[in-house]
Amino acid sequence: MSVGSVSKGCFVFKPSPKKRKVSQKTADYFREGNSDSEDSELRFATCQSLWKHVKLETEQIEEDLNTQLFDNLVSFLRRSHSEFQEKTAEWNCRMKSREIPTAALVLGVNVTDHDLTFRSLSEVLQNRVTPYVALLQAKDCPGIKNLMQKLLGQLMNCYVDVDSSEEDDYVQTSQNRIRCSMTSLITWYESVTKKTDFETPSKKRTSSRHWQSPPVVVIFKDMESFTTKVLQDFIVISSQHIRELPLVLIFGIATSPMIIHSLLPHSVSSLLCIELFQSLSCKEHLSTIIDKVLLTTQFPLKLSEKVLQVLINIFLYHDFSVQNFIKGFQLCIVEHFYTQPLSVLCCHQGELKKRINSLSHNQCENIRRLPSFRRYVENQPSEKQIALLTTDSFLKETVQRLLEDLNVYHENYFPVLRCLHVFTSSLPKYPLGKQIRELHCACLENRVWETEEYESFLQLARMLNKCDLVTMLQKCVEILMSSPGKEFDKTVEKLKEFLTQFQKLEAEACQERDESVSSQKELQKKTDLYHLQKTLLELKESRRSKKLTKFEMLRFEVVDYIDSVVRNYLVPADHKTLHEIVYFNTASVLREHLNAAPRVALHTALNNPYSYLKSQALRSDGGSISNKAPDICIVYKLHLECGRLINLVDWLEAFSTVVTAVEGPNADAPSSDQVDDVIHARFIRAVSELELLGFIKPSKQKTDHVARLTWGGC
Amino acid sequence: MPNLEHSAYPAATLLRLESLVPCRESQVSMLLSIFGERQQFSFPSIFIYGHTSSGKTYVMQTLLNTLQLPHVFVNCVEHFTSRLLLEEILIQLQNRSSETKQAAHVPCDTFNDFVRLFKQAVVSQDLQDQTIYVVLDRAEQLREMEANILPAFLRLQELTDRNVTVVLLSEIVWELFRPNTGCFEPFTLYFPDYSIGHLQKILCQNHPPEYSADFYAAYINILLGVFYMVCRDLKELQHLAALNFSKYCEPVVRGEANERDTRKLWKNIEPHLKKAMQTVYLREISSSQWERLQRDEGEAGQLKGLSAHAHVELPYYSKFLLIAAYLASYNPVRTDKRFFLKHHGKIKKTNFMKKHEKTSNHLLGPKPFPLDRLLAILYSIVDNRVAPTANIFSQITSLVTLQLLSMVGNNDQLDGPRYKCTVSLDFIRAIARTVNFDIIKYLYDFL
Repeated sequence: MSVGSVSKGCFVFKPSPKKRKVSQKTADYFREGNSDSEDSELRFATCQSLWKHVKLETEQIEEDLNTQLFDNLVSFLRRSHSEFQEKTAEWNCRMKSREIPTAALVLGVNVTDHDLTFRSLSEVLQNRVTPYVALLQAKDCPGIKNLMQKLLGQLMNCYVDVDSSEEDDYVQTSQNRIRCSMTSLITWYESVTKKTDFETPSKKRTSSRHWQSPPVVVIFKDMESFTTKVLQDFIVISSQHIRELPLVLIFGIATSPMIIHSLLPHSVSSLLCIELFQSLSCKEHLSTIIDKVLLTTQFPLKLSEKVLQVLINIFLYHDFSVQNFIKGFQLCIVEHFYTQPLSVLCCHQGELKKRINSLSHNQCENIRRLPSFRRYVENQPSEKQIALLTTDSFLKETVQRLLEDLNVYHENYFPVLRCLHVFTSSLPKYPLGKQIRELHCACLENRVWETEEYESFLQLARMLNKCDLVTMLQKCVEILMSSPGKEFDKTVEKLKEFLTQFQKLEAEACQERDESVSSQKELQKKTDLYHLQKTLLELKESRRSKKLTKFEMLRFEVVDYIDSVVRNYLVPADHKTLHEIVYFNTASVLREHLNAAPRVALHTALNNPYSYLKSQALRSDGGSISNKAPDICIVYKLHLECGRLINLVDWLEAFSTVVTAVEGPNADAPSSDQVDDVIHARFIRAVSELELLGFIKPSKQKTDHVARLTWGGC
Repeated sequence: MPNLEHSAYPAATLLRLESLVPCRESQVSMLLSIFGERQQFSFPSIFIYGHTSSGKTYVMQTLLNTLQLPHVFVNCVEHFTSRLLLEEILIQLQNRSSETKQAAHVPCDTFNDFVRLFKQAVVSQDLQDQTIYVVLDRAEQLREMEANILPAFLRLQELTDRNVTVVLLSEIVWELFRPNTGCFEPFTLYFPDYSIGHLQKILCQNHPPEYSADFYAAYINILLGVFYMVCRDLKELQHLAALNFSKYCEPVVRGEANERDTRKLWKNIEPHLKKAMQTVYLREISSSQWERLQRDEGEAGQLKGLSAHAHVELPYYSKFLLIAAYLASYNPVRTDKRFFLKHHGKIKKTNFMKKHEKTSNHLLGPKPFPLDRLLAILYSIVDNRVAPTANIFSQITSLVTLQLLSMVGNNDQLDGPRYKCTVSLDFIRAIARTVNFDIIKYLYDFL
């Protein structure tokens, strides 16, 4: 909302009555500022529904991946206090000091993903163990006082959520005057647990999933960022009341559990009973996401090799964040549907026909303009070419056929890719990459069978032993059987045939072994040195020229067959007609948005203002400084030539020279040594703007000098 | 051994008290003589100090409870602000007579209010003719509150004009408390550490009912033999004793040895205790895990301690940033030219070594370095070109939040932030190995 005031202040905005309109806005943005506004509404709707599906799918995957961890945690929580509740009378329990049960939850350095994990964790806990879960963040707890405040606030609020609204006023009053101490927490806990005891039977049913006196779980989201003192104080305090308040701590750890020992001294860590829990590594998480979302035919939109590479590189090089990867994928979806007018055809098979039929003439022209389509047309006989270029209805028929082909291609591509991965991933040194995503990128990039790595793969595959080869073939059969593609019947049959042949070989192998044993025996008979040498040489000779064994023959056959399958099905997508419709391939846009380089952008803006302002006057040639550029640009360029310390007077003089350079001929005489006041003011303003941007700062080392904060041109 | 004697209290009570506080008889009798009789004014403030778990809190609590002296017991760590502390004292005082319902909560912000309310409370509880004891446990926390709190507590008797004695319990000596403006000097009393004999005696007091006292005493003897070198904390020892006792009993339960077969029992338990010292005692594995291991007869090797999980997985550039930070922290600035310039010429270490640099930089610890130097080193150690993207800069910040780097000095971004690398050499070598970077070749110390 805009305010008609320049000054800072507090402004009251009444909530607008037309809230509905706001949600409409996104769709409008989608249409606006886009020259190709064909079918924009439909595109928007498709985009939204696609994203919704992807989101659901990824969340489901996440949940599945975390189940194991959460189950372990829940059983730990159940165990933690039950022991003491059962047998408090026993000698052993009396003598042991009551430690606070603590789960050290190692989650990895991808801190941005943790939020989601913790949210689902607290949900799980609330559903299965206890309603009393508090999530604490280091930035909210600079002191023990703030920590207690946050803790009490969260716990007592959750109490309101659980019960009906009749207690509202009680909580309201107590919250204002609540004393942030452990005692008030304990009295609260006692009152809450007592209340559940006297509850009506109907209510008891709901609370039965938690047991009597459920533990209070306190989750420290980012253990590393908490100050030592706050943690120590909190642990010391709560350990004194552990008998009255069944507390359980969960430490969210990003680095390694060693941090506990470095944050807490022994006297404090001896109050804890720490158990370690480790979440799945984020790399595995990403692999699962890629496997389940990108390497399926489930979603019509596909990513080209470059785009996928950008996303994966950001993940591996910068943040390890799966959430960011998914966000990147979302950006791809939006960008594709926004910029590509034909993306309206990027939908599921069922709707395709209807959408093709309703294409406008403009859209048909768009199709004709696609490079891959033009290539296709050129390869057609001439009468067909004319028909394609002039008749919309014929074009539509062809497009439908082509898109169906493309779909079939995908249906075949992914199973074959997985089969190939079964082979490559078990070879030494992983010639085509260890992960399936690397193989996928290699296949998308260009014809994989033309690469050197593929050659070495084939060579290595020809040296596989039988046992491995058989298991691989079996795996391939499984993959192909479970795939929806219809063309694999023959392939599966062929592979099965290979398998039976291998089994036959086994029987024959026994015989062969007997033969070799007999030759061995012959060797042992020869005691004479000369004869021995002779027979050995003969043996060697025969081995070299020996015909390939049956197994070797079969192995060659298998590898050749695999090769032919690969050549058949793993054609790069950009060789396919109409791939532009389903593949998003503008990697540069993605890189610009996700891996921004602010320093570079700033440098370009100041060094070459034309790139942003697009004014013809600014078009610079070479390194000269134009006086038409904004003042800050001139000042910036001048400062690039200076060392670490810049003399302000020299700088001003240079500035005024540049500014007056062209105006000079008109009026040069009056101000030769005296700098014009206006120029002086402009200079001061430009310099302070540079200071604001962080390029220079005032220096105390020398008077009238400022220090540069950057070196070189970035 | 001095028997406790005091005319004001019945002998039976004193005898019970004596049995409850073994090895602290002299301190208790000293306290009793300072306290005097119920109605007598005692010393205004008493300062008791001694090492961790030398029985300060326990002795005070048992003493006051057994003799049924009116008292208030407050932990200063728990009540971390002066307001909470003062209010807690008042609440405890008001709730002494348990039948009165929780009195309306009165806010008490200043010590002045406290004195006034304290007087009221004393009157309402009918305690004028008895000494009230206010015990402040972990009193070292008082120094962090407002400056007037500690001196005011020391002369509470004078300020309130009531019969009250403040007892401060602390682990540090009085000299570290004394404010520079001066204050009333309390009576100081030292609780010495328990000797090994004391520990033995106290630990043996609570033997399990199923076994004889002698049997347990023998066990405690072995336990102390192993742990006394590293741990004299009574609480911890008791905990360890309880944890490992079942293992000690094992041969007896299985019938392989009888209770008197000390040698056999010792052979059984000693390696077990040694292992416990390296794991449970250091909290490498938790006590419940330890118990489960004992029960299931599992090998401790299966369960890795916390320190075993030292490996941290980092993104590719984060690894190089960390390596660059390590190099910047441990190499002198002058040597950067030699390490990172292609044609630096031949500079021998001896030539450009200054005298003070003869000592290892690793002994001196990491030195702060500016951001620019970090980036310059980063650009020269990464093989391909690194674009100075926003992600790189945010990775530096993430490394700071992960406590692998630490920010030095002020947080002014414009002033050029300075960092320190806080990871160990082993850690950085493990990181460098994963990216095939020979870090030793680049460290000045190992030249």
